[in-house]
Amino acid sequence: MASLIAILDLKGKPLIQRSYRDDLPMSYVERFLPIILDIEEEGQQVTPCFSREGINYMHIRHSNLYLLALSRKNSNAAEIIIFLHRLSQVLVEYFKELEEESIRDNFVIIYELLDEMMDFGFPQTTESKILQEYITQESHKLEIQVRPPIAVTNAVSWRSEGIKYRKNEVFLDVVESVNSSGTVIRSEILGAVKMKCYLSGMPELRLGLNDKVMFESTGKTARGKSIEMEDVKFHQCVRLARFENDRTISFIPPDGEFELMSYRISTPVKPLIWVEAAIESHRGSRVEYMVKVVAQFKRRSSANNVEIYVPVPEDADSPKFRASTGSVQYAPDKSAFVWKIKQLAGGKEFLMRAHFGLPSVKSDNDPPAKAPITVKFEIPYFTVSGIQVRYLKIVEKSGYQALPWVRYITQNGDDYSLRTASEKGTAAPIRSL
Amino acid sequence: MYDFSNAAYHKFSFDLDDGCAFYFDAGRHPSIQTQASMSIRAPRKGENYELSVDLNSEYRDKRKDAIKRVIASMTVGKDVSGLFPDVLKNMQTDDLEQKKLVYLYLMNYAKTQPELVILAVNTFVKDSDDPNPLVRALAIRTMGVLRAEKIIDYLCDPLQKCLRDENPYVRKTAALCVAKLYDLKPELVIDNGFLEQLHEMIADTNTVAALTDIHIAASSQPSISPSDPALFPISASVLSKLLIALNECSEWGRVAILNALARYEAQDDKESEHICERVVPQFQHVNGSVVLAAVKVIMIHMRGVRREDLIKQLVRKMAPPLVTLLSSPPEVQWVALRNINLLLQKRSDILSNEMRVFFCKYNDPLYVKVEKLDIMVRLAGENNVDALLSELKEYASEVDVDFVRKSIKAIGQTAVKIDAAAERCVHVLLELIDTRVSYVVQEAVVVMKDIFRKYPSTYEGIIPTLCANLDELDEPEAKASLIWIIGEYANKIDNADELLGIFVDTFTEESYPVQLQTLTAVVKLFLKKPDSSQGIVQRILNTATKDCDSPDVRDRAYIYWRLLSTDPGAAKAVVLAQKPPISIPRTTVSPALLEELLGEISSLASVYHKPEETFVGRGRVGADSLQRKSDVLDDRFSTQKALQTVAAGQQSENLLDFDDAPAVDGRPSGLAATEVLTHTPAAQNLLAGTSSNPLDDLVSIFGAPATPAPPSASPHDIFGSLGINSASPAIQSPTVIATSPVAAPIHQQQNQQPQEEDLLGLF
Repeated sequence: MASLIAILDLKGKPLIQRSYRDDLPMSYVERFLPIILDIEEEGQQVTPCFSREGINYMHIRHSNLYLLALSRKNSNAAEIIIFLHRLSQVLVEYFKELEEESIRDNFVIIYELLDEMMDFGFPQTTESKILQEYITQESHKLEIQVRPPIAVTNAVSWRSEGIKYRKNEVFLDVVESVNSSGTVIRSEILGAVKMKCYLSGMPELRLGLNDKVMFESTGKTARGKSIEMEDVKFHQCVRLARFENDRTISFIPPDGEFELMSYRISTPVKPLIWVEAAIESHRGSRVEYMVKVVAQFKRRSSANNVEIYVPVPEDADSPKFRASTGSVQYAPDKSAFVWKIKQLAGGKEFLMRAHFGLPSVKSDNDPPAKAPITVKFEIPYFTVSGIQVRYLKIVEKSGYQALPWVRYITQNGDDYSLRTASEKGTAAPIRSL
Repeated sequence: MYDFSNAAYHKFSFDLDDGCAFYFDAGRHPSIQTQASMSIRAPRKGENYELSVDLNSEYRDKRKDAIKRVIASMTVGKDVSGLFPDVLKNMQTDDLEQKKLVYLYLMNYAKTQPELVILAVNTFVKDSDDPNPLVRALAIRTMGVLRAEKIIDYLCDPLQKCLRDENPYVRKTAALCVAKLYDLKPELVIDNGFLEQLHEMIADTNTVAALTDIHIAASSQPSISPSDPALFPISASVLSKLLIALNECSEWGRVAILNALARYEAQDDKESEHICERVVPQFQHVNGSVVLAAVKVIMIHMRGVRREDLIKQLVRKMAPPLVTLLSSPPEVQWVALRNINLLLQKRSDILSNEMRVFFCKYNDPLYVKVEKLDIMVRLAGENNVDALLSELKEYASEVDVDFVRKSIKAIGQTAVKIDAAAERCVHVLLELIDTRVSYVVQEAVVVMKDIFRKYPSTYEGIIPTLCANLDELDEPEAKASLIWIIGEYANKIDNADELLGIFVDTFTEESYPVQLQTLTAVVKLFLKKPDSSQGIVQRILNTATKDCDSPDVRDRAYIYWRLLSTDPGAAKAVVLAQKPPISIPRTTVSPALLEELLGEISSLASVYHKPEETFVGRGRVGADSLQRKSDVLDDRFSTQKALQTVAAGQQSENLLDFDDAPAVDGRPSGLAATEVLTHTPAAQNLLAGTSSNPLDDLVSIFGAPATPAPPSASPHDIFGSLGINSASPAIQSPTVIATSPVAAPIHQQQNQQPQEEDLLGLF
């Protein structure tokens, strides 16, 4: 539990705060930043949770803000930290952007949200969709009085009753994000099944995937490929006990857009888009790059909006580029140049060259920063894992027909990076003595 | 001043009808006017004055706008408590937003105006009967946090009603309100039978959280007997209700229920199995705190499971969700990593095949990377060491100096941990030394020394390479390490006397650790090559005893001098004694503490790797320690155990852990020691982990006037005065191995032996 929640700016000034248990004075909030500075001065790591003089400080960073929770007790750190993240999500959904200004402009509604999301230090409703049903920007008069949505405490706490649509439709997006670190040292696929649900009433849904474990347990043979998901996480609407028993994914969906499930697969796959850069550096005068991109996926597919970020020294200037396809731009703010390719067909391979001037005077004490090359891309109609939606059954007591639509897409994860080779050539393998 | 204590009067006098509730007629309520004009509204100008005028405006919008401005001022920290009566007048309204704002204002300033709060009671009571459940809940929620004596007496009736409210939203709010009330006046909760009511509605959201909160509050109170209903006992029937509710309630409710399940003591292994089976599906929950709470329950109840296959299955199912937590935001990752670290200390098999997922990402924050490094070394084995080494080598070329150093340390730890990989590790280190980046070389030298400790006489071939970098070393630790290596292998290094000569020349300018190492290394050199080094040993003993201002260095020089002059044979036996090999400890905390922390997975204790007592409960030490005295014995025992663990950990951090068992253990009465510990300010520092030098603290604790001079204090003093505590070359090294300070003891104990022998030789 938390005694107090506060949002602070980077200077440590509280923008808004709410005390829940009244067992510690608000003034402790102002000690937060000095303590952080102390810790940094001592050369220690500032960790998300730390304890000073019997007060536990738990915080997260969101752009230029600190979200801070204080407690005197041995609180549940995971719960509080996750709550703070939920709080930031909810505020982002309310105000588009969460920053100093949006907090100052909306303090009234933030107080209302803080009041509703936590009580006596215990997290309460943190679903932004539900909150938006009864905490809105406009004030309410008695005539059109809001009531707490039944969902707030219902067994089905994520869906309100009496929803009606003329046309009942469900859209499924299967999105796979691929992380890679160049060589096959670590590659993982993070998949998510996102749903846009426009269904009337209280529909029961059942989703069938080509899940290997299910095929094995039911003894059915799969037509085509089946996949093995290493870990699956479900939206709270899915009946976990049933999934545990017979791998059936059954649920009453929330209304509108939500993420039904996410999964992780760590079978090694070769990087879908391979980039390598040969760097020739002439210290004190110039540096040249030759970048090669290879699309290592099936010819039928093609990647869209490919962006390749190649890091360059911070003080590089007068860029010159030549590319066999796409366009190249220098982004000095990121200390990188960006090679953009609108469409990259599978199996294709392209080259580009870049040339930069370097200042003749160079500070020697800084070791060269070796940031990796990062790549952004999107491959529609394709999943790396081969996951497939076999069926989506929709049953509602009124018996309407609903249309499910499915779409697949593969994209870069938040860590799709390829380490740049050292200048001498590729890193030597470890020799034995 | 008007007497407000007669609440009945106010209840009566404020029974206004809706129509005129917005502004008070001065004539009807002289009390408020008096209050305001005499003490609060002294200045008739300024912001607050304008606000108060607007708050009393006859136009709705203007009043509401004024309230917003008041709240805005409050938010930026201005004192608007003086407007209390004016704001209060706007409480009774049908505008929900305005009501919320006034309530918010009340929560903030009720404490500053306890006399006036009573004026709000009537509206609260009325609101708790409102047809709109939102208003009912709001009223009961706010009343609970006003924390004014006067209000509390009026809270019970509405609370009674709200607990039985038809609307679940109101009921869940009321449940927590019971916990709030218990926090203020426990006897009211018990007298009104609220606890029994809570027990009846156990499946409702929040009820379990409220009961647990009350349980925690009650269990720290001496007056509560074990049979008291405030202690939330979980019977078999409650258990089955909880297990059913677990699948139906909200995510945060699940966390509360899982926490309650963690407290339940299973009757037999069947029941333990049952609980585990019912909780396992929660691993699939998207909320990380539900997952960690489920892990906690499983870790606790798995102790009671006897079926080996089930244990295996549970452990296997635990791995994927833990790995998935690593895809969360960095702060959540960090909490997860700290807990995974603990889990691995208990069950190293959980993630044995998953090392790759702990590889650092380029943009991970440093605190995440550091934790990952630690876990990687934990998971390192012969099958994955190659991948690990190439990863660590990659990290060693990153920008952040701290991270680079820690990565190099990790290479050293891997070498010490896996014999078969030592050679490859040494090779990587050599490649790193080749880079000639100053801090990389220095760290690598420090790490090499540990490898020499573990594998003596194996890698002598690289000593020339290390010595070639002598000039580049400027950090004491690296210098000391290299000197130690030179001293240790003096007979194999032809120009050892030359090399050491460099340090002897600059002896007085070096830091103490380097001086100590130089001293010992030169003595070693002399014992190994007496013919060529007579001069240098004479010189250093002279300098150390005459020109050195550190007693440690001086004393050690005297000891050596006497040893050498009386019995060179004994000197050889002491100084050149065989050193026991070092190893990486499997756990960083004592086994008992590990069990305790595993029972608190996801809490702050498990994140800090420290028992709860060490960081909770200060600020009110007097009250707390008084309470502790009357506590049951085993409670004290656990406190004491925890304190000892921490004290031991702190000692080891400062290389003070002596072979003759932790000092605190040796005390005549362990209990007395604990009491003393909690009383002295130094002990508080120790507990908070903020003290810079635990030795000072310990000594001052033991030296406190109230203490019956404990015998355990003396070893410290003796050693201290002999200058042994900052010790010989080997003793500096072990801390390098352990990433976590608490990990050091094992090495120290092993390293202590040579000095111990030093001492024996002396006497």
